[in-house]
Amino acid sequence: MAKMTASKTQEEQWMVQNQVFRIYDLVYRLPPHAQSVNFELRRDDHIEYLTRSLTQLGPNFTVLDANRPWLCYWIIHSIALLGDCVDDNLESDAIDFLRRCQDPNGGYGGGPGQMPHLATTYAAINALLTLGGHKSLSSINREKLYSFLLRMKDTSGGFRMHDGGEVDVRACYTAISVASVLNILDERLTQNVGDYIISCQTYEGGISGEPGAEAHGGYTFCGLAAMVLINEVHRLDLPGLINWVVFRQGIECGFQGRTNKLVDGCYSFWQGGVAAIIQRLHLMIKEQLGLSSTFKFDCITESDDDSSDTDREKPMLEGLNNNGYNFIKGSKGMRPLFNSMALQQYILLCTQEEAGFRDKPGKRRDHYHTCYVLSGLSVCHHCNVKEAETPPLPKDVMGPYSNLLEPVHPLYNIVLDKYYEAHEFFARL
Amino acid sequence: MNQKVEFEVEEEEEERSRIPISERPEWADVRPLPQDDGPNPVVPIAYSDEFSETMDFFRAVYLADERSARALELTQEAIFLNSGNYTVWQFRRLILEALSVDLREELEFIDQIAKNNTKNYQIWHHRRWVAEKLGSNVASNELQFTGEIFSQDAKNYHAWSHRQWVLQTLGGWDDELAYCDELLQNDIFNNSAWNQRYFVVTKSPRLGGLEVTRDSEVAYAIKAILTKPENESPWRYLRGLYKNDVNSIANDPRVASVCVDVLTNEKECAHALNMVLDLLCNHYQPSIELKNAIDALSDNSDLELAKKVCSVLQLVDPMRANYWEWRKTTVPARD
Repeated sequence: MAKMTASKTQEEQWMVQNQVFRIYDLVYRLPPHAQSVNFELRRDDHIEYLTRSLTQLGPNFTVLDANRPWLCYWIIHSIALLGDCVDDNLESDAIDFLRRCQDPNGGYGGGPGQMPHLATTYAAINALLTLGGHKSLSSINREKLYSFLLRMKDTSGGFRMHDGGEVDVRACYTAISVASVLNILDERLTQNVGDYIISCQTYEGGISGEPGAEAHGGYTFCGLAAMVLINEVHRLDLPGLINWVVFRQGIECGFQGRTNKLVDGCYSFWQGGVAAIIQRLHLMIKEQLGLSSTFKFDCITESDDDSSDTDREKPMLEGLNNNGYNFIKGSKGMRPLFNSMALQQYILLCTQEEAGFRDKPGKRRDHYHTCYVLSGLSVCHHCNVKEAETPPLPKDVMGPYSNLLEPVHPLYNIVLDKYYEAHEFFARL
Repeated sequence: MNQKVEFEVEEEEEERSRIPISERPEWADVRPLPQDDGPNPVVPIAYSDEFSETMDFFRAVYLADERSARALELTQEAIFLNSGNYTVWQFRRLILEALSVDLREELEFIDQIAKNNTKNYQIWHHRRWVAEKLGSNVASNELQFTGEIFSQDAKNYHAWSHRQWVLQTLGGWDDELAYCDELLQNDIFNNSAWNQRYFVVTKSPRLGGLEVTRDSEVAYAIKAILTKPENESPWRYLRGLYKNDVNSIANDPRVASVCVDVLTNEKECAHALNMVLDLLCNHYQPSIELKNAIDALSDNSDLELAKKVCSVLQLVDPMRANYWEWRKTTVPARD
């Protein structure tokens, strides 16, 4: 059936994995001190690269002229993950700029005067929430945004990206995510969206962009997170999804996006984020596996002598809009099912540049990869602690402990402190 | 999501002799509208003069909702400068409708830009819109177009979605199974082609659905597995053929038998062991051969078979050691 010579997939795979192994080999042959330098996160250099981009971008960024709120989010979120924030002037400029991207009829476009679009709306909201503070949070027109979301609702139950735009799982996630975090999610928005997402879970176990297409890391994250936010995650085949996602971590130690595709640093978050979400779905998974409630589950045992007590005291808020909050307040019933140390090694040794991060060796850095590699690294750092706020142990962090990044809310990919601030702000509205 | 694709778009360096729009007589009556970026915009892009001017005129006609021939012309110029601007594309569709333009020409226009921008959501969405209006006459053209894309990039996600949409909306199923076979002959690791094959055997109105095709597809997958047992795609495909019918996978003797065959030659094949584990968790009564094959891998004789498989996997597949350890705790109690 197959030819005797290597296929294109194999050739490309071998080329990348050899390149990756060469780097590992080189680093592990170094004397201890020289070796440890390679595992350091070049925090200051990353922050400088990011901050500079916020004020100045060259002409080759013209191809991203309809994605400027994305640039804002990738940069501002990356800076927040690194434990820093932009200065007051820049913060005020960012709020002002995003206000100009806000459509008078709700939602945010890719730049001032462009049509509102769900993806750039998600990026703008996440950027504003990450900036935080009254001025930023109150700049969002929630009433108009709600009517924009409703207008994007398709008869299939899914959402379309913009007026006359495409319907897919990204659109579902970005619509549900912003509605949830802004406390405007209701049954009109959630109606049948679960049916649409279910129809995108493929025979492989992952989720595709549209019904029939191939299981893909980005869409799997979007589909799973959206299903949790609308409280319908039990409708997915979770054991099948888990099996698919753990097999996406390859011999290079990073994640690939699809079966038999090449490793790419950005899937550190898309797939790693799926793995992080899974850790808090233990009860649902147990139920799908038909395991009795008295079954002793594989709980984290290292750092949680009093776990059962704290579990009971968690506030459970009622209603659709609290699914994201209750999710993060619940504790992780499962240890991570992916290999956090391997992923950290790929991130630090293969994707980190002098400043910024890249897809894989041989590619060039960009803000998208910097954002999602760092988000994935944060997931790695915090995957072994049972409670969201507990600091990780030194053994959970590859390299010096000073590499430690801020934790995120994995359903929204917003730094946790900023999420709490926003949650409190919008809960009162 | 997956915005990274937009970074990989290569810029066209070619210098064209261009007359500024402000010097063209047909635009003399229009006042360009600059972008409202504010005094201190963040993420400001150093636009070329050509880009700024084109977009300033675009904003003027867009705001005036001018659905004219010159506006159509202008959207084309704007798209050449940034094919990711969905606002320009959407306005172009409104103009095309208003002017009742021959959409075959539009398809040619898309051909021009699509080949250099194969990972751009907007172009593919536009192409779908045009093809839908042209109807089933263009089915074969669209299948051929995606085929050309696949000859360069056989896993292009947008092109596969477009192809599936064409088949379902406009038809053209006749040769699709053969096409999947052709791609798999070229590259048996091409998971997109496996996915398309699954799409065809479950959805094609010609084939009668999975109930009819399952038997021959199981044989097809097994043949591929035996050629390259390390290829994950046919293993997932094989499991997928029994989706929503987990009991029958344990009842098809060919499935267990391919696992035994593979494990006899390649003791450490995680995909085979993964499949064995699924069989055992679905109440498969293991054959002597399978028991022996597993026993040959593990010296831990006290454990029940499924847990034994997990232990073996923890050793031979250390990347997923956490996962296999967890799977051990989820093995259903023996009946």
